[in-house]
Parts: sequence; C-alpha cells; structure tokens
Amino acid sequence: MTAEIGLAALWLAAALAVLQMVSGAFALRAAEGEVNALAIYARPAAVVQAFLAVLAFIMLLYAFATTDLSIKLVASNSHSMKPMLYKLTGTWGNHEGSMLLWVGVLALSGGLLAGFEKRLPERTMGATLAVQGFVALGFYAFLLLSSNPFERLPVPAAEGIGLNPLLQDIGLAIHPPTLYAGYVGLSVAFSLAMGALLTNQVNPAFARVLRPWVLGAWVLLTFGITAGSYWAYYELGWGGWWFWDPVENASLMPWLAATALMHSVSVLAARDALRTWTIMLGVLAFSMSMLGTFLVRSGVLTSVHAFAVDPERGAFILGLLLLYIGGAFTIFALRAGAVAEGKRFAVASREGALVFNNVMLSAILAIVLLGTLYPLLTEAFDVRVSVGPPYFNPASAIFAVPMFLVMAVGPLLRWKSDKPARLQIELGLIAALVIGTIVLVSFFGQFPLLPLLGLGLAAALAVAAFMPLRGRKLWRVPVATWGMVLAHFGVAVSLFGMACEGAFSQERLAAVAPGGTEQIGDFSVTLQSVTPVAGPNWTAIEARLAISESGGEPVILYPQARSFWSPPMSTSESALLTRWDGQLYAVIGNQAEDGRWQIRVWWKPFVTFIWYGGLLIALGGVLAIAGRVKVDVKRRTASTKGAERRADLEALGASPAPAE
Amino acid sequence: MIRWLAAFFIAILALPVAAQDTMPPAPYAYSQLDNPQLEAEAAALMHTLRCIKCQSQSIADSDAPMAGDMRHQVRSRILAGESPDEIRRWLIARYGDYVSYEPEVSATTWPLFAVPVLIVLVVAGVLLRRLGQRRGSSEGQSS
Repeated sequence: MTAEIGLAALWLAAALAVLQMVSGAFALRAAEGEVNALAIYARPAAVVQAFLAVLAFIMLLYAFATTDLSIKLVASNSHSMKPMLYKLTGTWGNHEGSMLLWVGVLALSGGLLAGFEKRLPERTMGATLAVQGFVALGFYAFLLLSSNPFERLPVPAAEGIGLNPLLQDIGLAIHPPTLYAGYVGLSVAFSLAMGALLTNQVNPAFARVLRPWVLGAWVLLTFGITAGSYWAYYELGWGGWWFWDPVENASLMPWLAATALMHSVSVLAARDALRTWTIMLGVLAFSMSMLGTFLVRSGVLTSVHAFAVDPERGAFILGLLLLYIGGAFTIFALRAGAVAEGKRFAVASREGALVFNNVMLSAILAIVLLGTLYPLLTEAFDVRVSVGPPYFNPASAIFAVPMFLVMAVGPLLRWKSDKPARLQIELGLIAALVIGTIVLVSFFGQFPLLPLLGLGLAAALAVAAFMPLRGRKLWRVPVATWGMVLAHFGVAVSLFGMACEGAFSQERLAAVAPGGTEQIGDFSVTLQSVTPVAGPNWTAIEARLAISESGGEPVILYPQARSFWSPPMSTSESALLTRWDGQLYAVIGNQAEDGRWQIRVWWKPFVTFIWYGGLLIALGGVLAIAGRVKVDVKRRTASTKGAERRADLEALGASPAPAE
Repeated sequence: MIRWLAAFFIAILALPVAAQDTMPPAPYAYSQLDNPQLEAEAAALMHTLRCIKCQSQSIADSDAPMAGDMRHQVRSRILAGESPDEIRRWLIARYGDYVSYEPEVSATTWPLFAVPVLIVLVVAGVLLRRLGQRRGSSEGQSS
C-alpha cells in the first residue's frame, strides 16, 4: 500500500500546485488593498501540498527501511543485508529518490513561506506563490511522467542489487539532503524575487523577507559543500579535497551566486540600493541550482551521480531549465526598467566594495560555468577536451585575489561615501601582512605562486576580519555583525588550510614488508601486520600501522581496503591521524608479488583548517540569521505594542496625533 | 566527486577484455623515485595528466590500473632524463589532447582563453559604469 499512497499523494500535490499557481495569479488582478475572491486558495494549497509531498517522501523512506522488494527502485538500489542507516540514506542515493527529496523540500519550503510569511503585501505574496507553484508543477511532472519512484515490479525481486559502496558512508547520509535543501531554499528566493518584480515591490521590506531564505539556503550550501569536500577527501583514498569535478562545480556555482545574492540583499535591506542587481542575482542563483540538478541528474556527465543514461529524462530537465531560466530572464528584461532607481553611493563606500565583490563572484561563477560546460559542448562535436585544476585554479584566482583584498577592506568602509585616507593605518597593516607573509614564507623555500598568495591573503584576512570590532563595545555589537566577522574569519582559515595543503604536503608511497618502517616528515610509520576482517556487507584487509611522531609513543592506525559484494566493488578506507597542525593520511593498497604491501602516507599540514573554515563560515551565517530574527521579533513586538497603545488611546477618545 | 566510481565501474566492465588488470602493477605505479627533486617534478606532471578511464581524476589520484601504468611511464621517463614537456607531448601524441589538463591554446580550446579575457573586459566595463560615473555626476544609473 505504501507505494500507492505515496503515488496518490504526489498526484494530489501536483493538482494543488496547479491550484496554487492559478489562484496566486488571480491575486495580481486584485486592486490595491483588495482581495480577489479566487486568490484565497493559494496559501492553503501550498500548505497542504507541502504535507502531501513530505508524505510521499516518508512513504518511500518506509519502503526503503523495510526493503520492500516489490518496488522497482528499492530492488535496484537496496539490499536486505545493508545496515539500517544506509537503507535509509539509500532513499536519496538514486535518481528517482533524490528527485523526490528535491520536490519534497521544494514543497515544504513553499508551505513554510505560505504558512508563516505575513509581512508581504497580498499581491506580491500571490505572485510569489504562483511562481513557486509553477516551478513545483514542472518538477512534479518530471517525477510522475518520467521518473516515478513508486513503480512496482510485476514480480517482486528475491534480493536487491544494493547501493554503491562509495555512497555507504555517513558523509553521504548528510551531504545530499543538505545541498538539496540549499538548492531549493534558493527557489523561494527566486519566487520572491519574481513576485516582487511582477508587482513592483523591490524595496527594503521585501529584502527583509527575502534575507532569511537566502541566508538559510547559503548556510546549507556552505555546510553541504564542506561536508562533501571532506567526504571526497577521506573516502577516495588519495588525499585530494577538491577536484573541480563537474558534480562539485554544480554545487559551487549556486553557492557563488548565493554568496553574491546574500550580500546584495543586505545592501537592499539596509540602504535601499542595488535593487535590480538583487533581483538578477536571485534569478541567477536558482538558475544555477537548476543547472546543477540538470548536470547531475540528466546523465550528461556519465559519472556516478548520473544514473540516468536515459536521454528522455535529460531532455525533460533541459526543457524545464530553459522554460524557467528563459522565462525568468525574459520577465527580468521586460520589468527591470520599471524598478525604480535605488539609493546612490560613492565608489569608496561599503556599497561600492560590495558591488565590486559581487561582480568578482559573478566572474568566478562565469569561469566555473565555462570550464564545466565547455567540455560537454565540444564533446557534442566529438572533440574531447580536458578542463581541470591547472585551468580553474589560475583562471579563478585572477578574480579571487582582488576580491579577497577588497573583502579585507570593505567592512571597514562607511555606507554611502567614505574617504580612504581615514583608513590609512588599516590599509597599511593589511598590505604589510600580505607582503610580509609572502616574503617570510619565500625565505624558507620555493613554493608555487598560488599557495604563496593564499598564505599572504589568509594572514591579512584573518586580522582584517576582526577590524570592524575595533573601538566598539564588544557586548553591544549586534549578533549579525558577529556573524559577518566569524564568516569572514572562516574564509581566512579555509584559505590558510588550502594554501598550506598546496605548499607543504608531503607524500610517501612505498611497498613495505610487515615489520618495515617508512619515514614521512617527523613521523615514522611501521607496518605491524595485515589481517583480513569482515563487515556486514563487505570483507577487507586491514593494516595495523604504528605511527610515532619524533620517536614518541606510537599511535595505531587501521586503514582498510574493502571489497563489497553487492554490487561488487572495492574501496579504500583511509585512516587519519589528526593533530592540531595537520593530518596524517594513511591508505593500504595491494600486495605485491614479493609479499610486500603498498602503503600510501601523506602528511598534510593544517589541511583540517579547510573544513574548520567552512564550518566557521556556516556558523557565521547561522549567527546572522539569529541576529536578524532577534531584531525582527523585537521590531514586531514593538510595533504591536505601539498599535495596542494607540488603540487604547483611541478607545479612551483621546485621538492622538498619528505618530509612528 | 565520485569519479572513482565511474573508474571502478569501467574497470569492472572491462575485466574480461583487459588482461592488464590481472598483471601486477608496473614498478613505479605505486612507489616513488628515490631522488626527491625528480619525484617532485614527476608528481607535478602527474597532477596535470588525466586518467582517461576515470571521471575527472588526474593519474596522481586514481587506483585504475591504467593510471598506474601511466604513473610508471611518467616516473621512468623522468628518471631517464626526459623533461616533463617531452613526456606530456609523448602522451598527447599517444592519447590525444584529452589526456592533458594543462590548457593549451588550440583550434578547439581557444574559447577557454578568449572568454576569460572577455569576462575581464566586461567586469571592467560594468565596474566603470556602475561605480565610475557616480563620481561627481548626479546622473548616475541605479543599481
């Protein structure tokens, strides 16, 4: 029954999306201040739809938990012997399930928006919900018509095929749902932007409604990318943490757009400037989310994420992509002229710095987009081109380096207009830190240019991040400002980790007989023994490595080479020794003919800072949300109190002057 | 991120036809050169060569047997005194442009270089228009 309930819920949700779309559109026909009789269904439709879509997802989750092998999706992606955790995470480890998750989150965020957002004018809200319903409808159609997750098998399978072993990992349990929630949070930003554009309500009040969605989506994307990077690092077994793989780029591009959008929204909320720029970034961010979904889900990449090698699905998503992005940019082009001019500002102002960095972020986005799509484009003409780190790193650095420099100074500038001369000391300190660090590090050896620049910038950014607090009473600094300080400091921390990994990593690959010792950095690594071990759905050989730092007490690491049997595949389970100043990364390989074992060991100084930085950035975002919510709640209670007081006074017949 | 997987799938599918999979890996596939300077040169080169059986991985981070063979080729040629550029050219002659991540301007790749230049120009243009004209003039465009 579960599958049928799920399918029925999906069809009903799709029908409600139509209602939401039509009813929302009627709100546009209402005159100012009035409510169209047909427009009242949009909110309830969105809320009920959210329940139904989530119900459908829970039904699929239940089918995976109980390994219901009469459902095709379960039979082809699960196995009765899998641990429960991976049965559950297997729900979104495949095409149909992940699309259902996508749609579920989309409906849920639409429902939350409809249920709780009361600040916007009804017309804008109606237009927003109509757009949200239109987007949801396309994805319901995609699920129901070409990727039905609830399809039954004519005869139930005796046993499932199993989940790809690389995906059987806790990192993958959290990585995709977080990323999807981020992608889809941007859909609300998109709908709100379109709603405001259609009803000409691009103003600070709208920005304050938009901001929590953008911040929330951005936090989730940041966290998802950080988790994904760490997962790739420890699971793939060669110590790489970012590969510029199209699938990674698919998550990076919405993040870049969302970062720019977040800053732009803040300017709109605080200063009523950058109106069209905010709308454009809103459209761009969700376009990148959909492009990411298309790249990963359509099969154009033929990587592990693209299980669907079925061109029909690819064409369907491409169609949706063109419809939404094309439609959005058309409306933008038609309506952008009608959006009134925002407040002006000087070049040397906080807005000026933010505009500069938003342009830089967009340029990096363009580079990543080009490098990701170009090989696909040439492949269509049977020319195969490789675009990899040697291209992406320098090309994005062209824009990233000036961006980091401006980022160090930007928060110190005043709104509207400022004199750079006022910041002489700060500017001097930042320049001295960049140059001093580079000179100091070059003194100790020859290092590649980019890591060297990274170290210099990281040092300057780390100090500059705290400069906005100078001369302020720390306990009176708003929570949101602390969020900014923390996030900017996180960027410095992350950059420092990346630069150290690039400049100072040491590698040792060797064939070692049991009892043999290898030296790497200050560590001596002794292979004590190799033993076979077994898990619930795999067997492995496990090495016992004694790691001793500068002759000290040894620590034992157990790297494994696992062989899964359903589906048959091998993976390397790396073993990590984490120190405050870096990580030792050990992997066991095959046995050579002479009985020696291949071991790979890396010493990666400060590599963990990459992910600590990512977590700090996400935490900064959380603080920013908390701070804004606090201020909003305060403002709301103040205004209700004021309204009550006025009502009381009126009741007393005093009729006071209408003072706000 | 998971280009490994593709590599493994392909490796598994290719098992019956690829006799090399059952052979022990070449000597320098999994061990380093003794001279640290030569090894650094080889490692730098390996990070810019694509494992053609994998999805977006360099030969320096792949377990595919073919990547191992290519690592052996790179290390033994470096040891024999060839320059990294010579080795890259040799590999490109053998496997095509696809094997090299190092971008080179050619008939098929020129847009990869032209577009960033274009982006720099557009960025400069946008910044000049948005920020430049605000100085003094009150006729500034809205943002």
